[in-house]
Amino acid sequence: MIVLKGGTVVGSEHRIADVAVDAGRVVAIGSVDVGPHDQVIDCSGAWVGPGLVDLHVHLREPGQEWKEDIASGSKAAAAGGFTTVVAMPNTEPPIDSGQIARYVFDRGAETGLVRVIPSGAISLGRAGAKLAHLDDLWAAGVRMFTDDGDSVADSGLLRRAMDYIAELGGIVAQHAEDPGLAGRGHMHEGAVSSRLGMIGLPSMAETIIVERDIRLIELTGCRYHVQHVSARQTLDVIRRAKEAGLPVTAEVAPHHLEFTDRLVETMNPVAKMYPPLRTEADVAALRAGLEDGTIDCVATDHAPHSAHEKDVPFEEAPRGVIGLETAAAAVNTSVGLPAVTFFERMSIAPGRLLGLETGPLVVGSVADITVFDPNLSWTPGTFVSKSANSPWIGTEITGRVRATLLGGQVTFEHKEGASA
Amino acid sequence: MSLLTIEGLPAAEITRLLDLADGFVEVLDRPVPKVPALQGRTIGMLFYEVSTRTRMSFERAAKALSADTMTFSPSGSSVSKGESLKDTALTVGSMGPDLFVVRHASTGAPWRVAEWTGLPVINAGDGAHQHPTQALLDCLTVRQHFGKVAGLRVAIVGDIRHSRVARSTAQAMATMGASVRFIAPRTLLPFDVDGWPVETTCDFDGAIDDLDVVYMLRIQQERGGGDVFPSIGEYVNRFGLTRRRADRLPEHTMVLHPGPMNRGVEIDPAVADGPRSLVTKQVANGVAVRMAVLLDQLSGSEKT
Repeated sequence: MIVLKGGTVVGSEHRIADVAVDAGRVVAIGSVDVGPHDQVIDCSGAWVGPGLVDLHVHLREPGQEWKEDIASGSKAAAAGGFTTVVAMPNTEPPIDSGQIARYVFDRGAETGLVRVIPSGAISLGRAGAKLAHLDDLWAAGVRMFTDDGDSVADSGLLRRAMDYIAELGGIVAQHAEDPGLAGRGHMHEGAVSSRLGMIGLPSMAETIIVERDIRLIELTGCRYHVQHVSARQTLDVIRRAKEAGLPVTAEVAPHHLEFTDRLVETMNPVAKMYPPLRTEADVAALRAGLEDGTIDCVATDHAPHSAHEKDVPFEEAPRGVIGLETAAAAVNTSVGLPAVTFFERMSIAPGRLLGLETGPLVVGSVADITVFDPNLSWTPGTFVSKSANSPWIGTEITGRVRATLLGGQVTFEHKEGASA
Repeated sequence: MSLLTIEGLPAAEITRLLDLADGFVEVLDRPVPKVPALQGRTIGMLFYEVSTRTRMSFERAAKALSADTMTFSPSGSSVSKGESLKDTALTVGSMGPDLFVVRHASTGAPWRVAEWTGLPVINAGDGAHQHPTQALLDCLTVRQHFGKVAGLRVAIVGDIRHSRVARSTAQAMATMGASVRFIAPRTLLPFDVDGWPVETTCDFDGAIDDLDVVYMLRIQQERGGGDVFPSIGEYVNRFGLTRRRADRLPEHTMVLHPGPMNRGVEIDPAVADGPRSLVTKQVANGVAVRMAVLLDQLSGSEKT
């Protein structure tokens, strides 16, 4: 038996209690007597809640294992308090068939540190022309479909995908970026891009795709998820769609809750990701949207790149930042959600979306558990991920994952004084 | 101390560099146009974009100060073997230059070279961002002709959006007290110029009676961004400095162009070569300005 001792158990009762875990389930919540063979984890001062779920990670396997692989990405996920991650399909080859999806499931299970659920491509080869093997992907266990990295720009193709995926019961997730408006943009189009002379990527490139997609949802009834929303105007569209009762959800990435396009002034490509960092007004709107539930959940868009790939001029650098190991602390620092809302946005809502058995910890729950200390400050420097392209390096953030349990097994435990 | 951007450089500092350059204009006029000021110093020149005048101007300036130069250009170098900017900068840096001059198609590349090598860097043009020595030579040219920069009415006309010259020269001239206007179709203006010390208009003909300096820019097809006007002919009709338009300029108005010129597009050949043109003066002044900047960069520091 594992006993999580003296933490604040986040849930319906929300009180300081011990949580006993045995055979993969929560067996007791309250005052638990510790036996000589029990493992005890001190949780005083920490929140004990359901394991975090990340709907958006790039594990780079198969095909780009020098950046990350499923084993290293799983370690990073566990260190960040995650018990479930959804792997994006822009691998090489892309996850556009059941065979590749099963490979990712299997590698995740082999590693055994986090539940790795692949998402499937919407279009074959993510080329935006023909439907991917949707039935085959569904049969392999894929529930979320996306061409992430690119928008599905062809409205006709997307409509057919939505019709098909709605019938299966799956979710269409969209990387919203109109290719014509985005052009060869490197950063948010605004005052800073104008001054730096860089081609801008306007907020409208995102908003206009979500606007269009809402029309397609009205038509098809397909469940629809907006990935990494970055622009305040997009948030307005999502809010209206939700008010109209449409099956729409949205995620936000931690970096969009903290940084603005001013970070690009450092000329350091660690500030480069798509969608790009936008303005203070956008950051404020995204924070408010996460608090009020217009944005359902946080997802990291963990996108590892090697040092040599980022050690180039900004415009030549690949896009993306890592986020798994800093996400919980970053969100806690940027937004400061109360415990119940924190776990709703980081665990329960994304879990529900995937159809996982999820909810506040109660006796009988699957023992996917995250112990998070909301008051412990630290400064990220090194990572267990293979890559270190993090904008939080050298910035103090508050909140630390003290332990992660997956199905009753400890997958991560923070040792005081350890570097990461 | 590097010279990466003209932004934030106060008028007094610009004036000091222009005064220093004035002295070198005189040096370059001598029978033996050479001084020993930087003897024993080495300038590393990293030119990642094709360049005629800027590269040769820096070389001429370095040699007139008796400095040695090492010039790198990507063709016929390790870049064709896949070497990164960082590795090239560190490699050349290990050969002992005192300073780098960097030109690159990407915004911020000179900043990165400074960060990686720890050496002073003069930005010789990064993407559509900055070109500080161009701004200084433009100020010098205007000051020589008019005796001042302050109070002059300057129009910069053409592809402002993709122009590092516009971003640098507008800033420098505004700092020196000129009133600067951008004239371009909206597709060639920067997206957001709020807070810039400039006015913008799409009406060249409406502005033409009211100018002391007309600064013409080339259309930079290579920086991309899709179709930005319907055709060259239509562009010339509205934004070219044609003979007809040049004839309408006030008598004292002078014409500048950073080069290379596309004759018959943004500027009529007769105007480029005519009495209003300060184009060759700009090129000559470029050498003096770069001598001033090189000396200024290296005079404070001892050879290590």
